[in-house]
Amino acid sequence: MSSVAPPSVQRGDSLLQVLIHYFFLILLALICLTPIWVMISTSFKNEIVIFDAKPIWFFFAPTLDNYSYIMGRGKFDRYLTNSIIVAVSSTFLTLALGGLCAYALARTEFRGRKLVANATLLIRMVPPAVLAVPAFAMVVFFSVESDLLVLIFFYTALNLPFAIWLLFGFYKQIPVELEEAAIVDGASPLQVFTRVLLPLMKSGYAVAGIFTFRIAWNEFILALLLTGRKTRTLPVAASGFLTDTGVEWGRIMAMGTLIVIPPLIFTFFAARQIIAGMTAGAVKG
Amino acid sequence: MNSGSPPTKPAVRDDIGVDRDYRLITPYLFIAPAVLVMFGGLAFPVFQSVYLSFYDWKIGTPLSTAENVGFANYLRLISDPDVLESLWVTLKFGFWTISLEMILGISLALMLEKPIRGASLFRTIFILPLMVSPVVVGLIWRYLFDARVGWINYYLGVWFGMEPQVWLGDAELAFFAIVLTDIWQWTPFIFIIVIAGLQALPSEVIEASRVDGANWWQQIFLVKLPMISSILLIALLMRLIDVFRALEVMYIMTGGGPGRATELMSLHIYNRAFDAQLLGYASAISVLLITIVFLFSLAILMLGNPMKDKADV
Repeated sequence: MSSVAPPSVQRGDSLLQVLIHYFFLILLALICLTPIWVMISTSFKNEIVIFDAKPIWFFFAPTLDNYSYIMGRGKFDRYLTNSIIVAVSSTFLTLALGGLCAYALARTEFRGRKLVANATLLIRMVPPAVLAVPAFAMVVFFSVESDLLVLIFFYTALNLPFAIWLLFGFYKQIPVELEEAAIVDGASPLQVFTRVLLPLMKSGYAVAGIFTFRIAWNEFILALLLTGRKTRTLPVAASGFLTDTGVEWGRIMAMGTLIVIPPLIFTFFAARQIIAGMTAGAVKG
Repeated sequence: MNSGSPPTKPAVRDDIGVDRDYRLITPYLFIAPAVLVMFGGLAFPVFQSVYLSFYDWKIGTPLSTAENVGFANYLRLISDPDVLESLWVTLKFGFWTISLEMILGISLALMLEKPIRGASLFRTIFILPLMVSPVVVGLIWRYLFDARVGWINYYLGVWFGMEPQVWLGDAELAFFAIVLTDIWQWTPFIFIIVIAGLQALPSEVIEASRVDGANWWQQIFLVKLPMISSILLIALLMRLIDVFRALEVMYIMTGGGPGRATELMSLHIYNRAFDAQLLGYASAISVLLITIVFLFSLAILMLGNPMKDKADV
């Protein structure tokens, strides 16, 4: 047969292939974006436009009525503050505690290591709904004052197993030789962790952070159960807009839009970091 | 004791000794905070569920006055068709969503792995559904599936001449609706995990297989997928777990109805606990759910523990 084709020739696709590739990419992107756009556009529509038989995608007279209702009578700012406190605190705690734990599990040998690793995998399985009754009982029993602290505690607990699991995988991909070299050079374990590993773990922490933040920001059932009128988080407040007597779609979608803005900004910021971090060759060492 | 001179610079032997001490204590210092939080926030509640499952505890009464009913909650559970139905709905839901999401997510990742202009923008768009709160996802799709103002009914009517359906009011249609919603939201999860794994693969190996004459299919099925098999297993496990945790989208879209057609086990437990106000009985169902999930996860761990030591990575 002919000589082996150089990689560049194999990678170079025909124009048709590239077009097909893009066609599918755009189709999938539209599938992802359409429901989100439906929400955003509906949040700027008045009742009449919403109840029109024909969906209007772009050209309607936009109104801010839904938003002004939410900001004013909807007490959006209070719920926003609650959500930010809970999500940021528990994400920070999860990454800090989970990172340390994953590092120890990935790199060191100690009595009980297997037990901790397996228990972490098993405990990851606990569904939030199962936590609902005991959490309710604990709050009643201890008559805890701060609902938000309780939420931060439970969200950190809920997120830790997944974060440890994910970060463990990332740590395992970093060659041990790098750390050994640092140890030979006289670095303490803490220095090895902060100076050698953390820079290589950026993308790992970014991915773990995305998922942790997402869960803490979006968690619903425990928040519904454990928060009161003043400590409600945004998802709980949004669900409150659903009443059997007349669903106000415009207001609901405005609330939904406001809830997804921070995570979406976060995505655009962190997605870039993940993609860059993963192609940076940190893993290859 | 052994050396008289003060060690301005530690001897090599002492250095190793210090290192060993670090290695003895440091791991425990590193894991302790995470382990404590996980114990208090996850393990202890599980134990408490077991304890509460032997009591008849009603909301609004102190726990100390709850009556110990022995195994009554469990006896009731065995012959409760509603519990069995929610278990069946959960398994059915898991089968359809996970198999479709794995196929879609892996294909997507393999497709997008190729360097192409604009790939990072597309990747960012694809992970957007993941970031949307399940509550908001439920709200959006409830609107889309709405019988009166829903866009889905409108376009099915215009394009295919279909009669408007009461999507969330019919058992089978409502189940289809929550499966579709789940696929829309969670396929990106598989995608992001798989693409992270693919990008971490050493390019030398892919290059070597190419030089050895492996075609595109062989590279995928004989090189890439086997090399990320542990990551695929993680993704599968995560989705499996999430099906048993899923509750928000159904809570918002259908409330578990019509009947119990979309009431997955988590939602069933919640409804029993705080709608029917049977905290003890709900705890018994929780114990059943935990047992099923733990047995299931043990089986998967035996197949291949992703946290097990690998020869090298």
